[in-house]
Amino acid sequence: MYSDKVMDHFTNPRNVGEIENADGVGEVGNPTCGDIMKIYLKVDNNIIKDVKFKTFGCGAAIASSSMATELIKGKTIEEAWNLTNKAVAEALDGLPPVKMHCSVLAEEAIHKAINDYRTKNGLEPFADKEYVHDHHHE
Amino acid sequence: MEGKRLVYMDHAATTYVKPEVLDAMMPYFTENFGNPSSIYTFSRKSKSAIEEAREKVAKAIGAKADEIYFTGGGSEADNWALKGIAFANKDKGNHIITTKIEHHAILHACEFLEKNGFEITYLNVDENGMISLDELERAITDKTILISIMFANNEIGTIEPIKEIGEIAKKRNIYFHTDAVQAVGNVKIDVKDMNIDLLSLAAHKFYGPKGVGALYIKKGVKIENLIHGGGQERKRRAGTENIPGIVGLGKAIELATSDIDSHNERIIKMRDRLLEGIMEKIPHTKLNGHPEKRLPGNINVSFRFIEGESLLLLLDQSGICASTGSACSSGSLDPSHVLLAIGLPHEIAHGSLRLSLGDATKEEDIDYVLEVLPKIVQRLRDMSPLYETFKHKGETINV
Repeated sequence: MYSDKVMDHFTNPRNVGEIENADGVGEVGNPTCGDIMKIYLKVDNNIIKDVKFKTFGCGAAIASSSMATELIKGKTIEEAWNLTNKAVAEALDGLPPVKMHCSVLAEEAIHKAINDYRTKNGLEPFADKEYVHDHHHE
Repeated sequence: MEGKRLVYMDHAATTYVKPEVLDAMMPYFTENFGNPSSIYTFSRKSKSAIEEAREKVAKAIGAKADEIYFTGGGSEADNWALKGIAFANKDKGNHIITTKIEHHAILHACEFLEKNGFEITYLNVDENGMISLDELERAITDKTILISIMFANNEIGTIEPIKEIGEIAKKRNIYFHTDAVQAVGNVKIDVKDMNIDLLSLAAHKFYGPKGVGALYIKKGVKIENLIHGGGQERKRRAGTENIPGIVGLGKAIELATSDIDSHNERIIKMRDRLLEGIMEKIPHTKLNGHPEKRLPGNINVSFRFIEGESLLLLLDQSGICASTGSACSSGSLDPSHVLLAIGLPHEIAHGSLRLSLGDATKEEDIDYVLEVLPKIVQRLRDMSPLYETFKHKGETINV
């Protein structure tokens, strides 16, 4: 059901861990839905020098976190902000429709971490987006 | 997976077909292919094979042969029992009692009946998955026409008080159906002693083929047909008989019920060793289901701080086949209705793992799972923000 890319990032996730004294931290999701993502940023001169994640969730959630962190590492804050969930899913060679919300979660976690960084540094937070999770409970 | 170790721990999902069963089936694919409804001598072999199988099924559950009707599996048997009783007895009442932990074959058939004017009471279960006989008695009204309660639960393995339920149903003159798909071959069943009026079973859960099952209907029970057509199964279930399947079902149930005690002794010994090992090696683990009144091969545990689908994927990479009640593995987004019914919070239900042992399970499989599983759980916990919070603050997550 998952692409080889998803399985690769799930089995060997990149950037797992925490950053002590991170410049920005974003946590999204909730345990009720079965997924939580937490992203840590180390920012230097507006560049994401390091990024780590911790994720509670399914294979797609872990792979999305891994891929998303890879895609923003070394990028400017603005570039990272503009990473879309679709770009994460495409980089993983696609996700099953029911798992697309995992990539949304990754985008949302990055946004939250970036705005946490901006707030801490006296910068105006970027305007929040509407996150469509397509994650309805029966 | 080539050349890799395969440890099958999902016997509650389905079983392999035993060689003896397959051998019994084979002639009915090739040489004895006659349609039992035909009049010539050649087709009599098919007809007598069906009747022999019927005898075997009847003997296995304490019924008479003419109370056994073959179906296309457990789901059909469940649908037939519910819809057939509902529509045949609607002049008496429109109320049916079942439980919150039934298989979807029951629950979705009940939803269909609700759309067609029937009222369904879904009984609660306690934290071990047991229904309350008091609640059952209180739920009965003068409109109640059927009680349908599963013999044993497919996810958590809890065995319900079937005989006591049967007594209540008999006393109140209400039909009692039980979905015994998980129970056959694991628990001794006597439909007369237990006052069961209808019972569903499926061959592939006890080393028979898939796509064949049976419904026991006690003589005298008023029931409509589900599948209309030809006059097969004494005009009650149309369709040319799946003769190899029926023969396989007969052979499989004969084998599965011939020596339940020694079979269970072996399975329970391994199951308990596996469970004890898991509880000892993996902290923050909860057993789901009844500690004693449970199916011999069933283990259902929740590992806190992790999610079941990722657990299954990693187990699969080590060649271990298992299942979970996590939503994320099923395509639906809510965790298992059974785990929610026993009161598990969503996050604990998401971290559930079912291991079901069977006849092919060996002691070294237990050793292997005990070696692999703790490492995988730890690996996922090390990735989990819930575990991180727990470690840092010593906090629990609303349990």
